[in-house]
Amino acid sequence: MSYVPNTDSERRRMLESIGAESISALFEQIPPSLILQRHLEVPGPLSEIELRKYASEISRANACLDDYTCFLGAGIYDHYIPSTVPAITGRSEFYTAYTPYQPEISQGNLQAIFEFQSLVCRLTGMEVANASMYDGASALAEAALMATSITGRKGWVVSSCVHPAYRETMRSYAWASGCRVVEVARTGISTDFEDLGRHVTDDTACVIIQNPNFFGTVESLSEAEAAAHEKGALFVVCCDPISLGLLKPPGEHNADICVAEGQPLGIPTGFGGPLLGIFACKKEFVRQMPGRVVGATTDANGRRGYTLTLQTREQHIRREKATSNICTNEALNALAATVYLATLGKHGLRRVADLCLQNAHYAAKTIATLPHYELPFDAPFFKEFVVKCRKPITEINKRLARKKMIGGLDLGRFYPELVGHMLLCMTEKRTVNEIHSLIEEMAS
Amino acid sequence: MSAEPTIFELSSPGRTGVDLPAADVPERPVGELLGAENLRDALPLPEVSQVDVIRHYTRLSSINYGVNTGFYPLGSCTMKYNPTVNEEIAAYPGLSKLHPYQPEELSQGILRVLYDMQFFLAEIGGMDATTLQPAAGAHGELTALMLFKRHHERVGEGHRHIVIVPDSSHGTNPATAARCGYEVVKVESGPDGRVSISALKAELSREVAAVMLTNPNTLGLFETQVAEIAEMVHDSGALLYCDGANMNAILGMHRPGDAGFDAMHFNLHKTFGAPHGGGGPGSGPVAVKSFLEPYLPSPMIGFDEGRYYLDSDRPDSIGRLHAFYGNVGVIVKSYAYILSLGASGLKSVSENAVLNANYLLNSIADAYEVPYGRRCMHEFVASASKQKALGVRALDIAKRLIDFGFHPPTIYFPLIVPEALMIEPTETESVETLDAFAQAMRAIAEEAQSDPEVVKSAPHVTPVTRLDEAAAARNMELQWTGGD
Repeated sequence: MSYVPNTDSERRRMLESIGAESISALFEQIPPSLILQRHLEVPGPLSEIELRKYASEISRANACLDDYTCFLGAGIYDHYIPSTVPAITGRSEFYTAYTPYQPEISQGNLQAIFEFQSLVCRLTGMEVANASMYDGASALAEAALMATSITGRKGWVVSSCVHPAYRETMRSYAWASGCRVVEVARTGISTDFEDLGRHVTDDTACVIIQNPNFFGTVESLSEAEAAAHEKGALFVVCCDPISLGLLKPPGEHNADICVAEGQPLGIPTGFGGPLLGIFACKKEFVRQMPGRVVGATTDANGRRGYTLTLQTREQHIRREKATSNICTNEALNALAATVYLATLGKHGLRRVADLCLQNAHYAAKTIATLPHYELPFDAPFFKEFVVKCRKPITEINKRLARKKMIGGLDLGRFYPELVGHMLLCMTEKRTVNEIHSLIEEMAS
Repeated sequence: MSAEPTIFELSSPGRTGVDLPAADVPERPVGELLGAENLRDALPLPEVSQVDVIRHYTRLSSINYGVNTGFYPLGSCTMKYNPTVNEEIAAYPGLSKLHPYQPEELSQGILRVLYDMQFFLAEIGGMDATTLQPAAGAHGELTALMLFKRHHERVGEGHRHIVIVPDSSHGTNPATAARCGYEVVKVESGPDGRVSISALKAELSREVAAVMLTNPNTLGLFETQVAEIAEMVHDSGALLYCDGANMNAILGMHRPGDAGFDAMHFNLHKTFGAPHGGGGPGSGPVAVKSFLEPYLPSPMIGFDEGRYYLDSDRPDSIGRLHAFYGNVGVIVKSYAYILSLGASGLKSVSENAVLNANYLLNSIADAYEVPYGRRCMHEFVASASKQKALGVRALDIAKRLIDFGFHPPTIYFPLIVPEALMIEPTETESVETLDAFAQAMRAIAEEAQSDPEVVKSAPHVTPVTRLDEAAAARNMELQWTGGD
């Protein structure tokens, strides 16, 4: 299927008007030796009918979360997406637009981003938020780079209870920019705050805690905050936005920067992407913040309107002096999160968070009574928890898969010393029957 | 038209937009489970009904202009038509409702898509291996410079600390180099709009790690001496990077790898039919020559004994740039796009993109200055210098185009053309659309002489006219602080 409307006769007429003999004559800037002398080796072309058939076949070779009950989390969550979200993100006035550099014909997108920023501020308790980053991992790396540019220091002190893939991403960014990642030990599945205190020095740019952390534990943020600020470092919190339906927001913990993976807010699990990096900070740091920001203003006739602002931080104006190289972000997913939060509202988000909490605690309590399982750690948790299994986890998960369930994460994958420990997740979508099926299969 | 209130102003206590089931497990007090000291008090989110949500955001969509609304000749952004079938396929539950950590044996279909794409992109770019992890073009640039840095470290050339970019480059190039710890040196373009070989030669030294080129460049010109440049750069021990933003000009005609580039990124949301989403998500895969392959981010997608797998055993890798495998949902759209077009269709994309750009250039060349001649690749840069003499600037012309029903061209860039109007029609526009746009451009050139005020006060048909950007930056009203 081609999407080119020009017909042969139109092409001839156009070439005539240009004064060119042929289309290949238009490519004469390319030296003949650099012209590809063969066809590209890619399959196709396929008609729409063939393409759909092929794509359906491929899709059937995957276990889809509509057919499998998901007890897996670890950074990507099977939360409910209200029908309002795809109804709005599917509007092509939004999804086929570019970045709103021309505000007069982009007011819809700009106002939606302004509302996104406002909702993020309200949810996190922070003072300013940007229009989005790629994902939680890169947002966290950018937060650390921002802390370095604010403090002039190069040490990033990060809890080993932060998502392993996020720490790996931070290490790549740190290495490239000449910074240093210092990892803090854990006690069980909580950050070891004594160890953290030992690592924070006069060269620490930031202290980074995830809450709830990778294991689902609700951390005690006040100790980390004190340790950071005592040494003049920034306090950075990475959080699960759904948990903020119940938990005290990072702003109330005096966080300087708050980042989050926004996927739980109405974005499909999508095999891990595209995601939504949420980024918010204190207003005093707004000029060092990466990414786009929308501000409210008025037009020449005094009417209220929205526009990209503080652009002198950005790469298209400041080039090598920009606060970040980010250009394209995840605007459509920010729109999804906006519609999600608007649809759920105050009561809905609290309810979602509460259902996750109740399901997780019920499941954990019941699993703990099974013969071959125990809950080895005693820490408050939100929607994820760690179970010690006496059977190999791959075996358990294979059994579950046969019953159309996706089991938890084998923590040995990221923490070799935690082999035999499974990280399970319960969202609001899980029912008591599903939880019983899981438990029945785990017990058998 | 009255302004649309914010979602907060539509709030009324007690409303909600969705019903959630009651808990069917025995419930326990929240404070007991989480600790009362960990709980928040207020949750200041709006309370609106479902119809409020739908109407509010539908009204906002009606004051937003997309490719599906009309012609969008935004230079360097490749705002082509985004095939609807790709949107549909990417939303198939079996391609979108997958967990990144679900077992590989339950993910063979999506792993195959990713595995194939690694090959398709390497083939299209004339490269040997591809990482799909970067989430956008600038993220791809960062990935590639990290690969270069790792390579130089490994071969004992870690002292190289300079990255050279032409003055016509995208802003992301110097910003990325700085992000990767490099010092940035700018080289000026020659009078023909291409990289000046002598200026580049003067800057090359043992301190230079890389040269970043966009080819065709942002003026819509092919760097005719690219093979010589590659040789010079390699002779100095530096590496050559291709910003693939303009791949729409050369699909199936020319491959950057064949000209000597060591690495490049693709913008799937420009060249390969995925929509821009109002500013993302995009996808910026990086393809490289084989000597850089060991450094590619982890994991890569492998295939062995009939099964696809995630290959995380990459000891020399630079690590990770994304929490998972990149913007898979966008990659699926581009996969469908490549399969739809095939080799012949991809080549036809570039043939028609270049034809359309040349046709449009020649249709407005009588009314506007075209500083780099009558031939271009997929885009061209015109200048409003003649109109500026009458007091009408490129910005005014851009805004006036809105009144004619068109999205403006790029005007903030490239920095080396005064009053730049960077125009990229793409291959998916018909000759009628190009004629209508050229007619509007000529009409505006007329107005610049006969009635400059109407141009300078444009746009006249939009819900708001020009906004006070200085006030926005000064007042910093970055979130709604009014009442709910």
